[in-house]
Amino acid sequence: MEAFTTHTGRAVPLRRSNVDTDQIIPAHWLKKVTRDGFEDGLFEAWRKDPEFVLNRPERQGATVLVAGPDFGTGSSREHAVWALQNYGFKAVISSRFADIFRGNSLKNGLLTVVLPQPVVDGLWALTEADAELAVTVDLVARKVTAGQGERRVEAPFELDENARWRLLEGLDDISLTLRHEDDIAAYEGGRPAFKPRTLAG
Amino acid sequence: MGRTLAEKVWDDHVVRHAEGEPDLLYIDLHLLHEVTSPQAFDGLRKSGRTVRRTDLTIATEDHNTPTIDIDKPIADPVSRTQLETLRKNCADFGVRLHPLGDTEQGVVHVVGPQLGLTQPGMTVVCGDSHTSTHGAFGALAFGIGTSQVEHVLATQTLPMAPFRTMAITVRGELPADVTAKDIILAIIARIGTGGGQGYVIEYRGEAIEKLSMEARMTICNMSIEAGARAGMIAPDETTFAYLKDRPHAPQGADWDAAVAYWKTLRTDEDAVFDHEVVLDAAELAPFVTWGTNPGQGAPLSAAVPDPASFEDPSARLAAEKALEYMGLSAGTPLRQIAVDTVFVGSCTNGRIEDLRNAAAVLRGRRVADGVRMLVVPGSVRVALQAVDEGLDTVFKEAGAEWRHAGCSMCLGMNPDQLKPGERSASTSNRNFEGRQGKGGRTHLVSPQVAAATAVLGHLASPADLSDAAVATPAGV
Repeated sequence: MEAFTTHTGRAVPLRRSNVDTDQIIPAHWLKKVTRDGFEDGLFEAWRKDPEFVLNRPERQGATVLVAGPDFGTGSSREHAVWALQNYGFKAVISSRFADIFRGNSLKNGLLTVVLPQPVVDGLWALTEADAELAVTVDLVARKVTAGQGERRVEAPFELDENARWRLLEGLDDISLTLRHEDDIAAYEGGRPAFKPRTLAG
Repeated sequence: MGRTLAEKVWDDHVVRHAEGEPDLLYIDLHLLHEVTSPQAFDGLRKSGRTVRRTDLTIATEDHNTPTIDIDKPIADPVSRTQLETLRKNCADFGVRLHPLGDTEQGVVHVVGPQLGLTQPGMTVVCGDSHTSTHGAFGALAFGIGTSQVEHVLATQTLPMAPFRTMAITVRGELPADVTAKDIILAIIARIGTGGGQGYVIEYRGEAIEKLSMEARMTICNMSIEAGARAGMIAPDETTFAYLKDRPHAPQGADWDAAVAYWKTLRTDEDAVFDHEVVLDAAELAPFVTWGTNPGQGAPLSAAVPDPASFEDPSARLAAEKALEYMGLSAGTPLRQIAVDTVFVGSCTNGRIEDLRNAAAVLRGRRVADGVRMLVVPGSVRVALQAVDEGLDTVFKEAGAEWRHAGCSMCLGMNPDQLKPGERSASTSNRNFEGRQGKGGRTHLVSPQVAAATAVLGHLASPADLSDAAVATPAGV
């Protein structure tokens, strides 16, 4: 996984709540057997509308998605995270993420930042008024900053220390777990005999 | 202080606990299907890793599989490649697979329980959000992403952040025409699609205890639609009776030891839930969705709501967008909404009791002109049982299409899809935009409402049929 420390980029304000993973990447894209090539499927249905925010010329190259509450609900498809990353997004900001999507994002180095809805409202107002405005998502300092003067947004965010450490270092979960293989083997030694097995013998 | 059911199961699976780190949890059963596993196996290959416990792993094909002409090559080359990839991966890594055409093939969440592989007190994972279904047995079961699939394949464990606990109690006795699907749709409408976020929900109360295992699975299945990590129901005699003598249920002394353990899996009297919700069963009614997320639902007797009636601005905006997408006007009685398609099936409502309940409504009746009804059993075993009971004949005589097992129109990855603008009454779990096909409009319903809707051509319950002599639902 690529490490995430701090990122500055232009934003896409997405004024929608309950953006489910079927919207992020429709099911027919899920037949691919690789982790790349999903960028054209991102928000596929909405992108048919030339006025959809992602299609606006001034939003091209933006890397921070500012979305409404309950982002990433529904299917567990990790393809939703890959699609956002393949498209070029480095961070997503919302007041609430679905659990599985959040877990998937942090395992792939896509930083999902939870901010209170009034702060998201502030970011929407700022980035809708100025498409060139840079938003900084700083995982080291754990804060999001954007704009200047009276309308400046500077908001701290929470992320559990372990997840933050893994992101900052770009660590692979499996390698970390395999450091504790002795614990796994010891646990397996004590599992009850009545637990089912899928294979005979 | 006492512990909840979820906490007991969690505690029994902690491989390693360290301050400031997620607990490392042991996984008792890992279910695989073709869609979310290819990149995980690919990862294993790249890092030279193997599957640690092939004996705790099982795969089936469901999301992509066609439901007609299953003896012919799959027409869509991309779907075919994905199924072939799963077959190769299972062969290479020694994983048991039930492919298309096999007697044990079917929707992964129907297959696990019917084989008796899902048992109380287990941890069950699958790269599919509806893994929550298995919580009906008092298992801690949750959907995972592909990175986690790879992690479980390699280590049989998962690092998991702690969860919060929520009790949803359904008090009293259900009215005769109210099903498990109506209960869970009403719960989601009440707490919202994010209401369960971070929680493991335990469903309890008299109305839940009286449900059959299959009805309990319908409830737990849609925990994810309430945003929860998992849903659980404490195991009891109903659970034990369902499991007894299934192919993978414990035998002899192991059975006795297992039951003794399973009986300990109840929330202690003095345990405290982080959040509690109480519903009165008597106030519940047949429930349908009108919008594009599963929380946008209402009793069938209601009308399409006016977005202006929502106080929360984001809920109001969501309702406006939903009505636009669904082609509905505020104030239209839900019963007046005409449908083109009726889908009975999925991991939510594709089990034998669901087919019995739909067939009981259809028996001696006809699907309305201009309405297409698809009946897709959740597994080959369910299909065989249905044929044995003559249910396939009931469906066919009513004018419905009797199909082969799979996920089918629940998510339209195979050719079973809605066309743009088409409207369905569907026993599945998600009414998202485009879920059942681009531009398709979905109303989530119970199997009974689906069948009555098929007969009348508009959203309806069995009570709306003029000759409403319908058998009491099985299992509810």
